[in-house]
Amino acid sequence: MTKGGLPRVVLGKIAVLVLTVLAASILVFFSMYLVPGDPVSFLMRGRSPSPEAVKAVSEQYGLNKPVLEQYFNWLANLLHGDFGRSFQYRENVSTLLASRAGSTFWLVVLSGVIIGVFGLAAGMVAALSRGKVADKAILIGATGLAAVPSFVGAIVLTALFSVQLGWFPSFGSGQGFLDTIYHLILPAVALALTFIALVARVTRSSMVEQLALEHVEVATSRGMTRTRVVFRHVLRNALNPILTISGMLVAGLLVSSSIVEAAFGLSGMGSLLVQSVDRMDFPVVQAIVLIIVALFVLSNTVVDIISAFLDPRTAAGTGAR
Amino acid sequence: MSILTKTRSEIPDPGLKTMRRRPTAFAFSVVVLSCIVFAAVFAPWVAPYNPDQLDLFNVLSGPSPAHWLGTDASGRDTLSRLIFGARTSMLGPLIVVIGSTVLGIALGLASGWFGGIIDAVLSRVFDLVFAFPSLLLAMLAVTLFGKGLAAPAAAMTIAYTPYVARQVRQLVAAEKAKPYVTAYGVQGFGTPWIAFGRVLPNIVPTVGAQSTLNFGYVLSELAALSFLGLGVQPPLSDWGSMINESAGGLMSGQVIPALVPSVAIVVVVIAINIFGEHLSDRIGGKLPS
Repeated sequence: MTKGGLPRVVLGKIAVLVLTVLAASILVFFSMYLVPGDPVSFLMRGRSPSPEAVKAVSEQYGLNKPVLEQYFNWLANLLHGDFGRSFQYRENVSTLLASRAGSTFWLVVLSGVIIGVFGLAAGMVAALSRGKVADKAILIGATGLAAVPSFVGAIVLTALFSVQLGWFPSFGSGQGFLDTIYHLILPAVALALTFIALVARVTRSSMVEQLALEHVEVATSRGMTRTRVVFRHVLRNALNPILTISGMLVAGLLVSSSIVEAAFGLSGMGSLLVQSVDRMDFPVVQAIVLIIVALFVLSNTVVDIISAFLDPRTAAGTGAR
Repeated sequence: MSILTKTRSEIPDPGLKTMRRRPTAFAFSVVVLSCIVFAAVFAPWVAPYNPDQLDLFNVLSGPSPAHWLGTDASGRDTLSRLIFGARTSMLGPLIVVIGSTVLGIALGLASGWFGGIIDAVLSRVFDLVFAFPSLLLAMLAVTLFGKGLAAPAAAMTIAYTPYVARQVRQLVAAEKAKPYVTAYGVQGFGTPWIAFGRVLPNIVPTVGAQSTLNFGYVLSELAALSFLGLGVQPPLSDWGSMINESAGGLMSGQVIPALVPSVAIVVVVIAINIFGEHLSDRIGGKLPS
């Protein structure tokens, strides 16, 4: 372990997190200068450039000020929760996000639960029945499922469960909590498909690796029940790779939620992103891109910290493994 | 989905070995991919109809001897659109995979060979790009530069480059430590000659196998963008936009026009993944670790 132990590792990770998000914000802010021509005409594309509108945009981005000052003003506003104003809705981006974040949150959570349950279960079953029929079936299933993009999943699930069987609604968000969740089931499954395959494969290989180790043999020879060995000795040690991908899962789910929300007509952060890209509503795109990047980096940091606590040897990659 | 790529390269997956070693699966992937590449290249001769030809008297007709896969809501032949769509759907990923592989090899070679400050700077830049999921970067690019294939393909190339570069960097660092590199150096051969002439050929197969696997992810991501209406624009046929155009018909029970391109995407991605895994497995077996 590095000098200073865990607290030092944690602080280091947090510093990297802050720096990465700051760098990302610089990139996202200055990306509009990559477009040839002046920023006003870029921001006003597809809209009537009335003098008032131009003035409002110039003020929002402080375009008459020096470039660095523009960035720092924008950043200061961000930190105060002010993400600017949407061009298409003529509303504050933060208000828009607040009304839509809930739907995306529940979609991602529901999907995460489905991925966790089915991915872990399939991976464990495959690992424990290694080389047998169940294992082969799960491997073939995972290879196929991994190739199903979320929008294809959405099409197939809608065709099957909404149109043919009529079990689930194919469109819209629903009202009230239970109805909302009911409307989210099909989208959550569509979102989950690829990731179930991923989690199942990682769980399987991680457990197979653990099962072959001596400590498992020792535990078994000491007369422990199979269940106890599997859960206390194998799964616990196999958790690390699963944890690592769950950090990346967050980014995958957030980004893919935009596809699923668009496909099912859900009004969430993802469909807002797609709509804003479509209508060139740059302030909204900027805000959502930055939020997703921040959440992604944050979840990776949290995962790193958790795995450092679970297994101090992995902390800061000291090569003690 | 870049997260899949990352995992694939970072986490050893012995679980797949049983699949990889299957000659039938590999043969299947080769046959499927050859057929699709053939159809895409020779589309004007293979396709039974002009993919853009409207036939408003023959809208949403089911499969028939005249139209094997039926027609879409504008009466266009689904099979012909599928065949022409293979061109746009495969061209994008091809550009991205070639671009990111070339860029990744160049940057990874520089990083791994010279180390020091070049390596430190490049590594930070890669870390920053890693923070942007590839599809998100593509959406940002579309906002900046407009819809179509160009902006997403460029963004995707940038997003995938660090994955290649990091792998190359590790491989180069490992190769550089081997006696043959020192031997060439002692004999007075120049650095560029050793790096490009001797080290590069040793790492290209491994990198190529990984890039083949990236192809599948890029294909489904670009198709997703077209599905969202942000990628390839109509009237060009593309698998993603075909699904987008036919999604409305799903409600009225018109499943085939949306299902056909969906199946095409899934089959190609499965075939590419089996092919790539087989490749990386064979190459991985040959190279001393």
